[in-house]
Amino acid sequence: MNEFLNTFFFGIFPYLAIGTMIIGSILRYDRDPYSWKADSSQLMSRKGLRLGSNLFHVGIILLFFGHLVGLLTPHWAYEPFMTSGQKQLLAMVAGGIFGSMMLVGLLILIVRRFGNARVSATSSFWDKAILLMLLAQLILGLLTIPQSAKHMDGSSMIELAAWAQKIVTFRGGAAEHILAQNIIFKLHIVLGLTMFLVLPFTRLVHIFSAPIKYLFRTGYQIVRKR
Amino acid sequence: MTIRAQIGMVLNLDKCIGCHTCSITCKNVWTSRGGVEYAWFNNVETKPGLGYPRNWEDQEEWKGGWERTKSGKLKPKAGGKVGLLTQIFANPNLPEIDDYYDPYTYEYDRLKSAPESKTVPTARMKSVITGKTKDKPDWGVNWEELLGGEFEKRRSDYNFKDIQEQMYGEFENTFMMYLPRLCEHCLNPSCVASCPSGAIYKREEDGIVLIDQDKCRGWRMCVSGCPYKKIYFNWQSGKSEKCTFCYPRIEAGEPTVCSETCVGRIRYLGVLLYDSEQIKEAASAPDEKDLYQAQCDLFLDPNDPDVIARAKADGIPESWLKAAKASPVYKMAMDWKIAFPLHPEYRTLPMVWYVPPLSPIQSVHENGLMESKEGTNGMIPDVESLRIPVKYLANLLTAGDEKPVTIALERMLAMRAYMRGKSVDGVTNLDILKDVGMSEFEMDDMYQMMAIANYEDRFVIPTNHREYAGDGPFDQEIAFATRSECGFSFGNGCHDNGGGGEPKRSNLFGTQSHANTMDGAFRGAKTPGDGGVKTLNKENMGDKS
Repeated sequence: MNEFLNTFFFGIFPYLAIGTMIIGSILRYDRDPYSWKADSSQLMSRKGLRLGSNLFHVGIILLFFGHLVGLLTPHWAYEPFMTSGQKQLLAMVAGGIFGSMMLVGLLILIVRRFGNARVSATSSFWDKAILLMLLAQLILGLLTIPQSAKHMDGSSMIELAAWAQKIVTFRGGAAEHILAQNIIFKLHIVLGLTMFLVLPFTRLVHIFSAPIKYLFRTGYQIVRKR
Repeated sequence: MTIRAQIGMVLNLDKCIGCHTCSITCKNVWTSRGGVEYAWFNNVETKPGLGYPRNWEDQEEWKGGWERTKSGKLKPKAGGKVGLLTQIFANPNLPEIDDYYDPYTYEYDRLKSAPESKTVPTARMKSVITGKTKDKPDWGVNWEELLGGEFEKRRSDYNFKDIQEQMYGEFENTFMMYLPRLCEHCLNPSCVASCPSGAIYKREEDGIVLIDQDKCRGWRMCVSGCPYKKIYFNWQSGKSEKCTFCYPRIEAGEPTVCSETCVGRIRYLGVLLYDSEQIKEAASAPDEKDLYQAQCDLFLDPNDPDVIARAKADGIPESWLKAAKASPVYKMAMDWKIAFPLHPEYRTLPMVWYVPPLSPIQSVHENGLMESKEGTNGMIPDVESLRIPVKYLANLLTAGDEKPVTIALERMLAMRAYMRGKSVDGVTNLDILKDVGMSEFEMDDMYQMMAIANYEDRFVIPTNHREYAGDGPFDQEIAFATRSECGFSFGNGCHDNGGGGEPKRSNLFGTQSHANTMDGAFRGAKTPGDGGVKTLNKENMGDKS
């Protein structure tokens, strides 16, 4: 049974979650572009956003790319420069700093979202749920730091990276890398994938619309011909 | 030179009676939906005053519009592209709902559903946003109506710049005027410039600035970027909305709703031709006081054969060139020089212009001591003796340059004196006209336009040739392909709610229906009484859960 759940959550669920995210997002973008938005609540209250939103966003963006690079860089690519133990230490320190930034920001945002009467009244179920999911995920993530400190050789990290690399390259046997890992890692992965799953149905879609293109616009003005 | 055409507007403030009909009709047509209860695409302010949203004119506070850098380049006052993107997580210049006002209604239903009691039931005030009871409103779209409130607050009006405003707080020196405001449909719009998604655009054919609701991601930089604060964030849909210049009406050759319904006949609509290649240079004039003239220099004479030939080559239809010749906006802005842009110092080159209001002569002059303009034989009073300080009007309309405003006021006073002589005394006094540099023909034309203001003189709007939208003239493809489509709609529009029956509250992805919310409904209200007002609860309020 345990093995079945392990295969389901770490071998099949990743594809369900990411597949839903991709197809759901494409459908939403195509069928209902009017709903595609960041859903800012700043009009309702400015208080706390300057510190909270900036810390949260900078923290989570850095954490995301940290995970992306950390998990998907093959062992041979970083071996010449550092040992896996050193890489693990780097991940722990960077993750700790960015995670703390995000934690402070997220707590400010949660207090604002639930505590401010206007923001709370104009929030949807998912606006609130996603914040709580992020908090749970962040706490799990931060808990992996003391857990990792118990084995500084990087072995656990190599297993997790192997899982992620097998998943994205469609190789079998990915789930086996997770079986022996601590429950904290397992919960962190499952919750993370769940957020991919719900992404198309929430305001999280604004991630895909990061307006980088703005930097490359020629001049400032836009004139549409009829 | 590349010639483009735009439908511009002039508002004759001298005739505005502050009735708010424009605001109400606009509201009913455009912003009666959920999330924009607080938004007024058109509003009328009493000046002096802080306005709506509070203190909107002061760009030191809101950082709207453009600024000229030391190297002579223009960049949005809030920052260049990189600077704006760093503000995307928390926009430091965004107004809060209280800067507009907390939209409210009253518990009307209680007046008929309350149980028997010793006292008369009251309809308490409810916030539309939270559904909570409020004791009293504290700000609104028209809070300072007729100089309401104390002078101590009003004195921080931005237009008191370089004026010793203290004396205007005294009862006998006080003055007021109305200022109806809407989107300026600028030639150099800073909202377009600050939109990271590229959702806001200016239409080439008529200059109307619109927000593509499907492309808007709600980054809200345009709200702060517009110095006139005429872009509103719909808190329910999460998208920005703005005055559309009633483009479906304009396309059909009809005036905007605000213009059509103006009982004072103060609004004028007409075509202006301009050289689009000179926009940047005009908006970058080093001295703020030169901006008004720089914008005038952009406009081209519709009667000049060279201009007409060039305009035709640039694809402007014949009917538009014909309308440009009869344009009331061109006449007022360029021929008679009596209309001015609102706050040219924002460098957006606004296209809704204003005729400054005349005001009563100060009381001292009424006792036969009226000071008249030198050399006018007492026919035209000195504009300095008007109750509204010329400097105040200049701060509003010409970045502080009093001379053009003075000339405009003198021309309007001359029109009165000349017409009074003509119709009351039966004397055609051409000396008056000479003093203000106008011909008899021009003055008669101006009188016809300003005082009689016939419908067909006020609104000279060519229909928009959407059927030309294809490659060549009379290419019917676009008009043909879009036949029987649904008209103005949000997002999925006719796809979602077109099948008849009750519109869905929201779909899988959380799009709300755009029900009219101006029916006294507020969040969390109880079930309605018999035959009463339709009362919304959290479900049909369009709540996103």
